[in-house]
Amino acid sequence: MSAYHRPASLDQALAIRAGADVAVLAGGTDIIPARTARAAWGDPPRQDVLDISAIPGLNRVETTETGWRIGCLVTWSGLLRAGLPPLFDGLCQAAREVGGAQVQNRGTLAGNLVTASPAGDGIPNLLALAAKVELASAEGRRILPLAHFLTGYRATALRRDELLVAVQVPRLDGAQGGFRKLGARRYLVISIAMAAGVVALDGQGRIRTARLALGACSAVAQRLPALEAALRGVTLAEAAQVPQAAHLDGLAPIDDIRASAAYRRDAALVLLRDLLAGMPTP
Amino acid sequence: MMEIACILNGAPRRFRVDPMAPLSDTLREGLGLTGTKEGCNAGDCGACTVLIDGAQACACLVPSAQAAGAEIATVEARDGAVGALLARLRAAFLAHGAAQCGICSPGMLMAATDLLLRDPAPDRAAVQDALGGVLCRCTGYVKILDAVQAASRGLLPAGEMPPAGAAVGAPIARLDGAAKLDGTERFGADEAPEGALWLRIMRSPHAHARFTLGDLEAARQRLGLAAILSAADVPGSNAFGIMPHLKDQPVLAEAHVRFRGEAVLALVGSRAALAALRDADLPVAWEPLPALQGTAAARAPDAPQLHPHAPGNLLIEGRLNRGTEAPPAAVTAETHFRTGFVEHAYIEPEAGYAVPAPDGAGMEVFACTQAPYMDREETARVLGVAEELVRIRPSACGGGFGGKLDASIQPLLAVAARRLGRPVRITYSRAESMASTTKRHPAAITARMAADAEGHFTSYAFEADFNTGAYASWGTTVANRVPVHAGGPYRIPHLRNRARAIYTNDTPAGAFRGFGVPQAALATESLVDDLAAKLGLDRWEIRRRNAIGRGDTTHSGQVLHASAGLPACLDALKPDWEAMLAEVAAHNADAPRLRLGAGIACMWYGCGNTSMSNPSRMKLVLGRDGRLTLFNGAVDIGQGSTTVLAQICADALGLPLDQFRFVLGDTALTHDAGKTSASRQTFVSGRAAMETGLALRRRILALANAGEDAALALEGTRLSVGAARVIDLATLDADLEAEGRYDPPTTALDENGQGTPYATYGFAAQIALVAVDRALGTVKVRRIVAAQDVGRAVNPTLVLGQIHGGIAQGLGLALMEEFLPGRTENLHDYLIPTAGDVPEIVVRLVEDPEPEGPYGAKGVGEPALVPTAPAILSAIRHATGVTLHEVPVLPHRLWEALR
Repeated sequence: MSAYHRPASLDQALAIRAGADVAVLAGGTDIIPARTARAAWGDPPRQDVLDISAIPGLNRVETTETGWRIGCLVTWSGLLRAGLPPLFDGLCQAAREVGGAQVQNRGTLAGNLVTASPAGDGIPNLLALAAKVELASAEGRRILPLAHFLTGYRATALRRDELLVAVQVPRLDGAQGGFRKLGARRYLVISIAMAAGVVALDGQGRIRTARLALGACSAVAQRLPALEAALRGVTLAEAAQVPQAAHLDGLAPIDDIRASAAYRRDAALVLLRDLLAGMPTP
Repeated sequence: MMEIACILNGAPRRFRVDPMAPLSDTLREGLGLTGTKEGCNAGDCGACTVLIDGAQACACLVPSAQAAGAEIATVEARDGAVGALLARLRAAFLAHGAAQCGICSPGMLMAATDLLLRDPAPDRAAVQDALGGVLCRCTGYVKILDAVQAASRGLLPAGEMPPAGAAVGAPIARLDGAAKLDGTERFGADEAPEGALWLRIMRSPHAHARFTLGDLEAARQRLGLAAILSAADVPGSNAFGIMPHLKDQPVLAEAHVRFRGEAVLALVGSRAALAALRDADLPVAWEPLPALQGTAAARAPDAPQLHPHAPGNLLIEGRLNRGTEAPPAAVTAETHFRTGFVEHAYIEPEAGYAVPAPDGAGMEVFACTQAPYMDREETARVLGVAEELVRIRPSACGGGFGGKLDASIQPLLAVAARRLGRPVRITYSRAESMASTTKRHPAAITARMAADAEGHFTSYAFEADFNTGAYASWGTTVANRVPVHAGGPYRIPHLRNRARAIYTNDTPAGAFRGFGVPQAALATESLVDDLAAKLGLDRWEIRRRNAIGRGDTTHSGQVLHASAGLPACLDALKPDWEAMLAEVAAHNADAPRLRLGAGIACMWYGCGNTSMSNPSRMKLVLGRDGRLTLFNGAVDIGQGSTTVLAQICADALGLPLDQFRFVLGDTALTHDAGKTSASRQTFVSGRAAMETGLALRRRILALANAGEDAALALEGTRLSVGAARVIDLATLDADLEAEGRYDPPTTALDENGQGTPYATYGFAAQIALVAVDRALGTVKVRRIVAAQDVGRAVNPTLVLGQIHGGIAQGLGLALMEEFLPGRTENLHDYLIPTAGDVPEIVVRLVEDPEPEGPYGAKGVGEPALVPTAPAILSAIRHATGVTLHEVPVLPHRLWEALR
C-alpha cells in the first residue's frame, strides 16, 4: 500500500518531496480523475501521495511591491474572492468557467499549471499576465517565467524535489484582462480553444502593451508576439481588426475528439477578435 | 489508516479512514451515509456533491485525509441552516417533479444548499451556475431550476392527495419521491449483506482478440484473492442475450473477445486486494486480431465472420413494402445520414449483490434493472437452475433509458456467488459501465422521399445499416421497429424500407429510448424539409398536409381508429410556429453572425413490443387488517410508473390513493409486469392496474350486493359500500384479492412488414428556436415548444417530466453526444447536456383518448425524444442554409459545413 503524507509545514513537505517519488496533491481535481481512469483498466497507481493542503500560509493572494503573489493553495473560487483588479478579469473569467462550482472550490491555479494540460484554462491567462512561478526545494527557491516552466505536453521544468509554491504576477497599471473559452457545452467542459489577453492603453487611448495567448491550439499554450507587436499603438476600437491568420503561424493545433485542427485555427482567430472587441474601454 | 476528527452534519465525529480513499467512499462504506452517490469518481457528474466548510465539493475528489478538521454536510443533514434549507428544497423538488430517478438529487440538493447559503434570492443564472456541476439525465433540468428558485422563496406546503375517484389527471407529487430526496432511497450500490465479497471484472483491452489463460489457481494464491473465475466456472449456459434464439454473448469470454470491454475473468476477493491488483499480473496471453469497426468494414466482402450464425455479419434485415416501387413524382429528395453511438449516461453505474441459497441452487440478486423477469430468466439459465429458484429484487434504478434492460452484472454476480457460496457484490466503475454496456445503434442511412406538386407525399424509401456491435442485444428489435416508423407520421402510399443490424467489433448496441426511430427521424424529417423547400411550402404546412390522423392507414396497413392526435399537435403549435418565424426574421434582418433559426419535426411511436405479446399482470389485496396493497411488478426507473399505476388503480377501485400500500418489482412477490421499455408501462401495465382495480371493485360490490356506482370508503377494517352497507374486513374468511392482466392486441407482420404491430401510437411535434454563431459554428437552443398526444395525462407533472427529459436527451443527440469506443469512456470526454444547455421548454399537451389505454392514456417516454434532434437540425438549417447529414453537430462540423 502506498504512503500518504500530509505534512503541516513546507519544510516537511520539501523533505518528503526530496526523499521519494510522490504525487503532489492539493485540490485533487486532476490527480484523482487520472487515478480513476488508470484503475478502471486494471492499472491502479501505486505512487505515494504528498498532500500539501494542510500547509499553512499557501492559500493567500498577497500584494507585493511589484505585483501579486498567489499561493499554491489558492483555489479558483479563492481567486474570485481576492478582490483583484481588472488586470485579472480574464483569469477570473476562467475561474468561473473551469469545471463546475465543485471543481472551482477545490482545484488550485497552481495545480492547473503543474498538470500542464494544453487545455488548462489558467495557462493562457497567466501567460498573458506575464506570470512567473516560484519553485521551492530543500535546496532553496528559484523563479521561472511561466513560459519556461511549461516545457511540453503535460511537461514542466518542475524538478522531482520541487514544489510550485506561488505564482507571481507583475503589476501593469491600468490594464484590462479578458478571456474567451470555447467548449461544446456550458459547464464541465474541456476547452476546444481559448484566448486570453491583457491590454494597457497609453494616455491617448492607444494600446501601450498587449499580451495575448491561445490555449488548446498547441501542445503548450502560446503567447502571440507578432500580434502583440501589431497591436501596439492601435486604438481599442480598431484592435479587433488586427488579428490575422498569419499571427497564428506558430501554433500546431491537433485533430481530436473535440474538434479538427483547421477549426481550432480558425476559431482561435475569432476568439482573439472577440476578446479584443469585448475589452471594455476605460 | 489514520484517525481524523471533523464535524459531520453538525456533530463532532472521530473515525479511522484510509487517507487516500475518496471522502464519498468513507461516507458510504465507512459511515453508512449512502445518501451521497458516486457516479464517476472523477468529478464529472457531481452526484457526490457535499458541503465542505460550507462550499460544495465533489466528495469523490476529496481524499478522506482532507476531511480532518473540516465541517461536512451531506444530504442526511437535518439540523441548522443546512437542514432548514434542505427541508425547503425537498418540498420544492417534490412539488415541481424535480426528482425522477433520484440518483442526482442528493448532489443537486447540496449544490442548491451551497447557493442558498450564499445567496438567499438567486436569479436563474445564479442557479444554473451553482447547479452546473451536477449532471441529471432524467429531468432536463428545467424543473430543478424552478424548484430551487421556489425554495428560495420559502417552504412550500405539501400537496393535497386527491379524494377517491379523482386521482387520474391529478398532478400529484411522485409517491416514491420522499426517499429520493432524503438520502434513504436504496440504489444498487447502497446496500450489501454483511461480509459480502467483492467482485471485479477483468475486461478485454482489445476490440478483437484471442486469448489463452495460464495457471489461474497460482495467480489466485499469489494475488490473495478468493477466486479467479473464467468461462469454465459458469455452471449453466455461458450465454445471454435478449432474444430466445440469440443468446450470443458469453458471461465470461471463451478464448475469443469481440469488443473492448468484454468480460474475461471474474475476480473475487477483498476490496483492498481487488483495488491493488493489476490486470497485467493476471495470466492472460493476448493475440490481438484486426477489428471490424463500423458497419462498412463488417459488410466488406472480405470481412471475417464474427458469429457462426451470421454470414456477412448480418444479424437481421427488417423490411416494409407497401404500394408499388416509387411512381413518378413532382419532386424528390434524397439524403445520406450518419449517426454515432450514444451512451445512456444514467448517473448510477450498474451495482448490486447476489446471495446464494444454502441449498446450492437458489439465488437472490439485488441490482438496478429495467426488467426483473428477464434478469431472472437470464440468471437462471446461466446458473443452470429453474427460473423459480432465482429471485430478482430490483434496487431503485438510477436511470435506465434502455441501458438497464440487458443483463449486465446479474449473471456475473450469480456465478460468483454460486462458486464461492457467499454473498458477492459489485459496483461498476464509470469507465466499465460505458465500455461494457449497450449503446444507441449508430446508423448509416440512405433515404428518398417524393411528393406531388401539391406537396402530398407519394413515396418513401429507406435503407439503413445499424451497428449492433459485437452482440445481438436488441438489434433485432431495432431492425423490426425501424421499417414500421421510418417514413414518419405521414400518409405515404408507396414505401420500401430496409433496416439491417450488422455485427461489428464495436461496443454492443441495444435499447435506447426510441429503438432506432430517433436515428431514422433525423433522416426523414430532413427530407420533409427538402421537399418543402423544393415546393416553396412552409415546413409546418407540408407536415400538416400529410399528417396521419384518425381513419388513416399506417405504413404497415393498420387503420388508426382512435387516438391519432398529430393533426391536433400541429394545430396546437401553429401560433408558436408563426411567432417563432417572425422572431427569427426580425432578428436576422441585421445580425450577420449570430443567426436565429426555427425548426420543426414530427414523430410517431408504437407503444409496446413490436408484434409480440407483452402482457402485464397486477395484484391488489384488501386485507382483513384493512390494509390495501398493490403488488406492482413494473420497475419505476424514474419515469413515475409507481405513481401513475397507483393513480389508475385507485380510481378503478374507487378508494383514495393515500390508502394504498405497495409491493414493487420483486419477482418473488409480484407478477410479471413486463419490462420498463417501449413506452409500455402506463399503457400496458396501466391497463392491467385498471383491470385489477375494477376486478377488486366487482368483488366488493358482489359481496355487498351493491350497485355499480356505489361509493367505497375504508376506515380501519370497516369498508363502506354505498350509503347503507358496511363490510367488516376483519370478519372475512380471507383477504379480498383480485388480479388484472392486459396484453395489447397486435398481429404478426407479414413478409412485407404489413400487419398491426402496435395497439396504439404516441404522436408528437416539436418546434425549436436556435441561435447559431456562424463564425464559431456553435449552436444554442433557446426554446422548444413540444406538442404531444399522450391520450390522457394521468399525472401531468410526470408527463411534463418525461417530455422535458426527452428533449434534453434529444438535444444531446443533436449537438454533443458521441461515444467512441476506447476514447470517450468517461463523462468529461463524453458530453451530455448540463443545467446551462437546456432551453426554455413549453409543452402543449394533446389528449386524444386511446380506448385500449387506461382512462385513455398511452405511452409518453420515448416519443418525447424523437422529434427534438430533427427539429434542432431543421432550425440550424433555417438559421444558416446548411443541411447537415451527421450528428452530433459539434462546432467544428457545423463550421466545416458552413465553409
